[in-house]
Parts: sequence; C-alpha cells; structure tokens
Amino acid sequence: MSSTLLSAPATTQPFGPAVHLSCRECGHTTELGPKFACEECFGPLEISYDFGTVTREQIEAGPASIWRYAPLLPVPADVASRPNTNPGWTRLVRAQNLGRELGLSNLYVKDDSGNPTHSFKDRVVAIAVEAARTFGYTTLSCSSTGNLAGAVGAAAARAGLEACVFIPSDLEKEKVVVASVYGGRLIAIDGTYDEVNRFCSELIGDELGERWGFVNVNLRPYYAEGSKTLAYEIAEQLGWRLPEQIVVPVASGSQLTKIDKGFRELIKLGLVEDTPYKVIGAQGSGCSPVSQAYKDGIDVIRPVKQPDTIAKSLAIGNPADGPYVLDIARRSGGAVEDVTDEQIRAAVKLLARTEGIFAETAGGVTVGVLKKLADEGRLDPDAVTVVINSGDGLKTLDAVSDCGPTAVIKPSLDAFRATL
Amino acid sequence: MSITVRIPTILRTYTDGQAEVSVAGGTLAEVIDQLEADHGGIRARVLDEEGKLRRFVNVYVNDDDVRFAEGLGTAVPEGGNVSIIPAVAGG
Repeated sequence: MSSTLLSAPATTQPFGPAVHLSCRECGHTTELGPKFACEECFGPLEISYDFGTVTREQIEAGPASIWRYAPLLPVPADVASRPNTNPGWTRLVRAQNLGRELGLSNLYVKDDSGNPTHSFKDRVVAIAVEAARTFGYTTLSCSSTGNLAGAVGAAAARAGLEACVFIPSDLEKEKVVVASVYGGRLIAIDGTYDEVNRFCSELIGDELGERWGFVNVNLRPYYAEGSKTLAYEIAEQLGWRLPEQIVVPVASGSQLTKIDKGFRELIKLGLVEDTPYKVIGAQGSGCSPVSQAYKDGIDVIRPVKQPDTIAKSLAIGNPADGPYVLDIARRSGGAVEDVTDEQIRAAVKLLARTEGIFAETAGGVTVGVLKKLADEGRLDPDAVTVVINSGDGLKTLDAVSDCGPTAVIKPSLDAFRATL
Repeated sequence: MSITVRIPTILRTYTDGQAEVSVAGGTLAEVIDQLEADHGGIRARVLDEEGKLRRFVNVYVNDDDVRFAEGLGTAVPEGGNVSIIPAVAGG
C-alpha cells in the first residue's frame, strides 16, 4: 500500500495514533506525558487511541519486526527508520511433537527467545525508547529481574542513550553478563525485585533520577503497549485469527493484560473475527500470588515477601497488574496456575526434547502449566492453543545444570560401542 | 513532628512541591489524618471511599510494606519514616 499525502500529518505525531492516557481504575484522562499513576486514585495509566482505519494489507506490507504494527502503537509513523533494536516477528512454531505428548492436536509455541537480546523484553523497551526520545531523556533506566536490564542496555546503546539499570544481586550469572555487556551502568541491589522496584520509584521522585526515563516506571504506559505486539503477531501468524487457548507467563501481569488488549483491538478494528479465547496465566509456585488468589476465588492479591522460585524472571511478589490478570482469566474462562521448580525443569527439557526449543525457566513455567492443565483434562485438546516462551534457555543454564555428556569415552569405536 | 513522610511526585501538588514533610507519630491512619490536616486533599488520593488504602498505593513504614504489617493500624515510631509509592512493577 502506498502512502498518500492525506496520511502525512500522522507521521509528525510522536505518539502516532495515541491520543491520551486514561486511568484503568477510574477512567480519569490526562494528556500524553511521562506519567504512570493516576493523580486521582493512583491507578495505572494506559494509552488510549484513535486508530482510524488499519488494514491487514497495510500491516503485511510492513517490516518484519514489531514496527509492522506501528499504526497500532504509541510511536511515530517513521519509527522503523530510527536506531532501535527492531524486535519482534519471532517464530510461531507448530508444536506437533509436544502436542502429541500432551494430547493437544493444535498446539503452537510463540518463541520469543528470538528477539535481539533473547527475551520478549525487547518489544516493550523498543516502545519506551521512542517515548524517552520524545520526552528528551538522555538516560534509560529500569528495575529488572534480568531480561529487562539486558534489553534496556542494548536499546540504549543502539539509540545513543546512557543506561543505568538496577537488578537484585542474586540473579542468574548469564543475565547479569547480558545486562552489563552493552556498557551502561549496572547496579546490583541487595534485596528482592520488589525492593529494587520500590527503590526506583523513589529514585524517580528524587533529583538524582529527575531526567531519567525508567522504562517500567515513568515510561510504563508506553512500554507496556509493546506486549500487545505478541497478540498481533500470534493472530497474524495464525492466518488472522485468534487462538482459542493461550498460556502466558505472569510476573507483574502486564504481558497477559496487554495480550488481551491486543486481541480486543484486533477484533474492534475488524482485523480478526470475534471468536472466544481463554487466557491462562502461569506462575512458579515459589512466587504465585496471582495463582493463589485465583484458586482462592478472591480479588485481592496477597503479596509474596520472599519469592523462592527458579523462574527468577517471574519473581515479582507484588504484581501490580495482578488484579487485571484475575479479571481476564475469569472473564475468558481461562485460569491461573502454578508449577514447582521440578515441574519447571522438566518442562524446559520437555520443550527442548520435543521441539528443539531451549526455553528459559519462564518458558518452563508456561509449558509446565500447559502440561499440568492438559494432564488434568482442563484444556480443549482440539482447540488452537498457543504457549508463550518469553526467553532463551542460555540465560538460565543453572536450571538444567544436570545436562551434560551422556558418556565420556576414549576416541575408539569399541569405547563408543560400549556406551550404546 | 518527628516522622518523615516521603511524598510521591503526583501528590506534591498538595505539599507545595515538597518531596518530604514532617508529622507527629502514631499509627499510619493518624499519620494520614495529619497529612490531610496539613495538606488538604491527600487523604482522598491515598484512601478509597471506605477509608481503606487504595489498591494501587503502596505504603512503607521504615522500609516495610504495611500490607505485611497492620495496614493502616501499623505503628509509626518517632523518628521513623513513611513512604507513599504508586504500585508499578514489571520485571
């Protein structure tokens, strides 16, 4: 589709089709800016749009990255020409082998380990970088359970911004290396993720952090929109239709909430048929406040003070979007479930063994929950089902440290024969 | 007046831009009453219509989340500090 002069004014809008911020709790609206909490009720602010007409053809003609969905995101129309990591358009793998083992005939894995820094976080950070540029920030920052820190470091390097990121000091070594290799400042804090997050919330109110763009704090409304692209891609890769069941990891709950928002936008725009879909949230049992609230049938999330799970990227004890995850899981007829460390390890190996996909522990959580629900007969075995792998197994090697040579031998045929 | 309350950016319109204010001790509920007396309008932002902490407000007394303590009944000792922080998170 060729661009027309009529569409030219839109290209000058730094936030594209976004029109304002609105409070998800009370509906109060405010102008687009580096704000994240409602001044009336502290509720989370999210972006409202005026999309106009968006067609499948227009999207399909776009780049093989999240920028093919630029008309649905708070970014300028020429975003693809700016220095960015250009994440997304990761593979959707038809998982017939895994499906056979689990008794699911229509199973797909959305493998987001293929992003530039090997996790879905590149999607959200790419949007936040554009917002940071527009607001004139020169330092990009975040609180992170690891993957985000790496994504921020890489995106800042590409965009020519400074980076200063904060992580809990007990993260996996691989994630610490990825977070630091891009050259920004990496500060490890002796505390849990929730304590790191709280520290960042205070830093932002201090003159030290005054001109900083914290991707998941003051840029959060923009950042969070990046997760919608998972929904867009899954629908487009399925041939412009919605899955019937989808398993999504839950840390803060933002990804799941935005995937639901993305599906609803596609329906509203007439890009897919309005077919029902069940959303299933997945947590590690050692940090499962949302799953617990779901099972208890309550709306209030009881925070976990000391998370204890090998799925460290999901170890958020006080998940800000948890209440919305509960709403969506219940409204859609889905569920929120959790799996133990042993089940996570087994699921990482199961996915690797059946589909050749090496997931990080968060992927072990989603595949583990998928298996648990399938084993318990809680999934429709013939429904189009998507499970998300949000990151790369090379970042959580300790989780499968028992993997290694099946035999160590001398270089002789006899020695090899003896191992068979 | 020996308790320090850290005010988040979105509430500083009520405190003439001050990032920290001082009040006397007591329970967290009493601290909020005093904040309201000194800086009218704050209470309705922090508490809902039923007088409970809004679900997207995190309050810390001496670095401890009051949801792990006694909520609004949490004691704030003299010399202590209170932080009011919007709940946001995203690993």
